Amino acid sequence: MEGRSPWYLAYRRLRRNRIALAAAGLFVAILLFVLAAPLWADQVAHTTPNANHTLEKVEARGETREVVNPEGKPVGPLWLDAGGRFFLGADGTLGRDEMVRLMYGGRVSLLIGFSATLLATLLATVLGLLAGYYRGWTDAAISRTLDVIWSFPVTLLAISLGLALAVGGLRIGPLHLSGSSIWIPILIIGFVYTPYLARPIRGQVLSLREQEFVEAAVAQGAGPLRVMFGELLPNLASTLIVFFALGVANNMLLEATLSFLGVGVQPPNASWGSMIGGGFELITTAPLLTVIPGAMILLTVLSVNVFGEGLRDALDPKSKVLLEAHAGTPEPRGTPV
Amino acid sequence: MSRFVIRRIVGTVLVLFAVSVIVFTIFNVIPDSNPAQSMAGKNATPTLVASIEKEWGFNDPLPQQYVTMMRKVFTGDLISYEGREDVDERILEGIPATFSLCIGAAVIWMFFAILFGYLSARKPGGLLDRVLTVVSVTGISIPEFWLAAVFLNYLAYKLGLFPSGGYVPLTEDPLQWAYHLILPWTTLSILYIGLYSRVLRSNMLDVLGEDYVRTARAKGLSPGQVMTRHVLRNSLAPIVTLFGLDFGALLGGAIVVEYIFNLNGIGLYTFESLINQDLPPVIAVVLFGAFFIVLFNALVDLFYAFLDPRVKLGSSPQ
Repeated sequence: MEGRSPWYLAYRRLRRNRIALAAAGLFVAILLFVLAAPLWADQVAHTTPNANHTLEKVEARGETREVVNPEGKPVGPLWLDAGGRFFLGADGTLGRDEMVRLMYGGRVSLLIGFSATLLATLLATVLGLLAGYYRGWTDAAISRTLDVIWSFPVTLLAISLGLALAVGGLRIGPLHLSGSSIWIPILIIGFVYTPYLARPIRGQVLSLREQEFVEAAVAQGAGPLRVMFGELLPNLASTLIVFFALGVANNMLLEATLSFLGVGVQPPNASWGSMIGGGFELITTAPLLTVIPGAMILLTVLSVNVFGEGLRDALDPKSKVLLEAHAGTPEPRGTPV
Repeated sequence: MSRFVIRRIVGTVLVLFAVSVIVFTIFNVIPDSNPAQSMAGKNATPTLVASIEKEWGFNDPLPQQYVTMMRKVFTGDLISYEGREDVDERILEGIPATFSLCIGAAVIWMFFAILFGYLSARKPGGLLDRVLTVVSVTGISIPEFWLAAVFLNYLAYKLGLFPSGGYVPLTEDPLQWAYHLILPWTTLSILYIGLYSRVLRSNMLDVLGEDYVRTARAKGLSPGQVMTRHVLRNSLAPIVTLFGLDFGALLGGAIVVEYIFNLNGIGLYTFESLINQDLPPVIAVVLFGAFFIVLFNALVDLFYAFLDPRVKLGSSPQ
């Protein structure tokens, strides 16, 4: 009988999981939707996400309508009546095209969700490997530092950092980020999410390093770096993949919350969260400005969560990684919200 | 036991110290913030700004400013920059609304999480399990503040089924108290219902494979008795642990919900202070929140030792 690699077996299990595949399909559709932003903006809506159309009029089905009427109410969805302009209406008193902003905003939301999680995963992997491999003082120093971050109400820490950095930007040595850079929410979310990943990774390293293959590597003369990155890291791969997927879902929600409160993505950039923040002010007159970006977040996060669970089932059918990703075992810890 | 308590107290003090230093630092590195300037107003004369700086000690070295502020936190003399209010008093005023919100939401989420988890695990893969899985995963994926906004618009403004916000004290009118809190409770608990019912379901499925479950069945207990007395009971410990930790950290979630439903609690106060870059209330609230997190961490450890005598208090885990 032919041997199969565990990765191939996992792939086969994933392929049979129709719900996970449907979720992946939904995610790809959302990705294509946001990637098509420039196309829609140029060819259909003939505008840009930040172009102001307050004083303009738009022709829909032979009827001329003001983009923003004198009472300050933006025009509602015109669908294709105006040739695709203001497909979802205008976004408020500035009269920007909601559909174009939705597509560009999604890029920002997804970019932050992915980059922040990538950053947190890299940091957590290095910290978890160091703490789990060296143990002793290294472990104590790393673990206690993470404990302190943990003792913060996460949202509160992220809001404080978001506020401070949005006002003043960030300056580390020669590196300077302005307050409106989207790198700021990426760094903040990556930073506050790191302990949630580093804990369980450290726990896994602690148990992995007692196994024979590590002993064998050491006997062959492998140094600490070789053992950590050549032997231990590959054994963490399936955990990391699942953590990554569930982390993206979690961090997109955190980004949305921060941006909604005005301490995440700063103008001129917009994300789905900050669009809800803007729409919320007009919720009684134009509720769709709140409903639609939120529904996009829900669909995206849902697709990532369902696919992430499918990945977990495929990679390790017996594991309880969802629990760990949220609870951060071996010692159970709270939910990162 | 005494060793455990001493360790925990020392740990708590260290953590609170670190947390307060971090917040203090975050606010003092904001380059364009000048509390004296903003307190004096836009058209303030330099003399006025200078006198405020002197009065509040903004020119003192940072460590000294930190010590002064911390002393005020604990003596109750802390005054906010914005409006010069007594911070500890404002926090105490916010406690009824915030605690009502958090405790009520916690009761709701534990009830539904256990109900959903139990129903799911009874027939894994069945129709009910699949429906509840969809409900739970959706619950985990909903942006909380968005749900709050949607509820507010459709159920409160449009249909008028619920009040649009505000807090009625429990002592004044218990019915109105609950009526005003239904939407906030629901929004705050949905995420946890989704998460906890998933965790409980998976724990119960694990426990179902244990030998003692087979024994219980073999000695003739009905399936219902086996599920409640043996499986459910033994699956609850991790949920209760998770609950302790999440409940301690609930203040974060309360910020958004209190903001949208205009509940005059600690969360709303925190958010307003943050937006005004008003450091004293923020420091006090963060300490307050961190204290609860640390406290519930310790309670969880005690609870664990109580449930499982093999866990020794005082020795560090692992």
